[in-house]
Amino acid sequence: MGMAQAGILFLIALVAVIASVKAHDMQFAVHMGLVALIALGAAVWRLRTMDVSGKRVPVRDRPDGYMDEVIRYGAVATVGWGVVGFLVGVFIAFQLAFPHLNLEPYFNFARLRPLHTSAVVFAFGGNALICTSFYVVQRTTGARLFGGGLPWFVFWGYQLFIVLAATGYLLGVTQSREYAEPEWYIDLWLTIVWVAYLVVFLGTIAKRKEPHIYVANWFYLAFIVTIAMLHVINNLAVPVSFLGSKSYSAFSGVQDALTQWWYGHNAVGFFLTAGFLGMMYYFIPKQAERPVYSYRLSIVHFWSLIFLYIWAGPHHLHYTALPDWAQTLGMVFSVMLWMPSWGGMINGLMTLSGAWDKLRTDPVIRMMVIAVAFYGMSTFEGPMMSIKAVNSLSHYTDWTIGHVHSGALGWVGMISFGAIYFLVPKLWFRPRLYSVRLVSWHFWLATIGIVLYAASMWVSGIMQGLMWREYNQEGFLVYSFVETVAAMHPYYIIRALGGTLYLAGGLIMAFNIYKTIRGDLRQETPIGAAVEPAE
Amino acid sequence: MSTYDTLRHFADKWGLLFMLLVFVAAVLWVYRPGARASYRAQGDIPFKHDERPAQEQPPRDQTPGRGE
Repeated sequence: MGMAQAGILFLIALVAVIASVKAHDMQFAVHMGLVALIALGAAVWRLRTMDVSGKRVPVRDRPDGYMDEVIRYGAVATVGWGVVGFLVGVFIAFQLAFPHLNLEPYFNFARLRPLHTSAVVFAFGGNALICTSFYVVQRTTGARLFGGGLPWFVFWGYQLFIVLAATGYLLGVTQSREYAEPEWYIDLWLTIVWVAYLVVFLGTIAKRKEPHIYVANWFYLAFIVTIAMLHVINNLAVPVSFLGSKSYSAFSGVQDALTQWWYGHNAVGFFLTAGFLGMMYYFIPKQAERPVYSYRLSIVHFWSLIFLYIWAGPHHLHYTALPDWAQTLGMVFSVMLWMPSWGGMINGLMTLSGAWDKLRTDPVIRMMVIAVAFYGMSTFEGPMMSIKAVNSLSHYTDWTIGHVHSGALGWVGMISFGAIYFLVPKLWFRPRLYSVRLVSWHFWLATIGIVLYAASMWVSGIMQGLMWREYNQEGFLVYSFVETVAAMHPYYIIRALGGTLYLAGGLIMAFNIYKTIRGDLRQETPIGAAVEPAE
Repeated sequence: MSTYDTLRHFADKWGLLFMLLVFVAAVLWVYRPGARASYRAQGDIPFKHDERPAQEQPPRDQTPGRGE
């Protein structure tokens, strides 16, 4: 087994070397060289760790228990990529405030921006989704992960996708589709990995011991299936050559634009919402130690979200060449999304009914609750911004950036942090986290960071929109573009400070998780412990 | 009429009606009378198999349910 795997890896390395030598451009050559190096390294590692005797006994992962080792790797990857993604975000925020920080050609804003979005959405968020979904699907079906070593392929294959995408951006490999910048060969690789992910997840559900499929699994499954569909259709393209990094989209004009935003908005709807709602429906009940407020409402939440979200994409193309009826359709469906989103938010929050005191003593549940609160806020703001009249002011301004970040930092980030803080002590068999008080520090740094970020972007965005549309009596525009940029400078600095606070919270989390994994326990008074009674 | 128009009108009449009916049916099904206990039991699934995979017969009635 190990021998055959090493052989395949050597073969892959050989093919990659040939592809690298024959490549049409520098970027493709570098990428194939990278693939060759990684395959070679993996082959050597496989040979060195091969179980020659066939008698080795697995220490932590017994074959009849849950498959948790891959989840441990996923938890560490989530924290690591999270810090990298936040760091790049802070750096590009400072680049916007101080353009001298653009280090050409590899570290200018245009190349680092997709690096930031992909690192936080796909590397941080994606690893969080993959590892929590593996954890949740096992615990709620009572079955070990399906597919033998396939979950390992999903994990390492996904990391390879991230590394290729990230290095590609720095080298200038991009197909210029938002949140889908990687070129055709990286897309093909992700498709293979994603199908393997679907097989693992569906296979585990198929061999479940629990007759019912818990609602969190429905959300995770919707996320996996929909992302597969969106990824394949949005990335339909024709490569210029088989050994080059450039390709051209199969669509053109407004069809291309609509395909991109059908993908783009549903990446938000199904990657950043449905998947993380799966997280919410498992980890909030677990951390609060009580079942979800209304299981019936959770099912209605699921189906209404699924029925509505897929139609909302056209609101990204208001006042463009897209037919007017399609714009209105996107707007109407976005506004209708208010209801399921708020139904879900209420369901998450009310799960704590009767246990609200935990908010005072347990910073992990506080993190999850503020995540749900931010989910509510950003799903209120989003439909409002999709209304054409509002959109005419908000579109192309920083308001959009602020909206995305209240959803991403507030909802996606906080619910993932909560899940990681829940998972790590369980996965490494520790009695508790290294320090619960550090979680409180993380909570406040992150929350204040988001507030600074969102508030500065509201002001900056609305100001920008108003300045753009300001006419004088003769019908001329009052402000030149560069005047609007200069006016936004102070808000860019506030935004960068907010991001720095959020990054600091992330670093504290990384330290806390590192110490927890090592097995250290900080001696500290539990939060909310009874104070010494007065004499 | 062009294919585009035909498809579009089919989608915004019958397609829309079909999806709406499926959705309404799903909601009505979830709130059918007598299903309360079953859904409450499903809500307790996360508290069942924490440590190891279920054996052939999943153990019942040892989960912290609401209203206890």
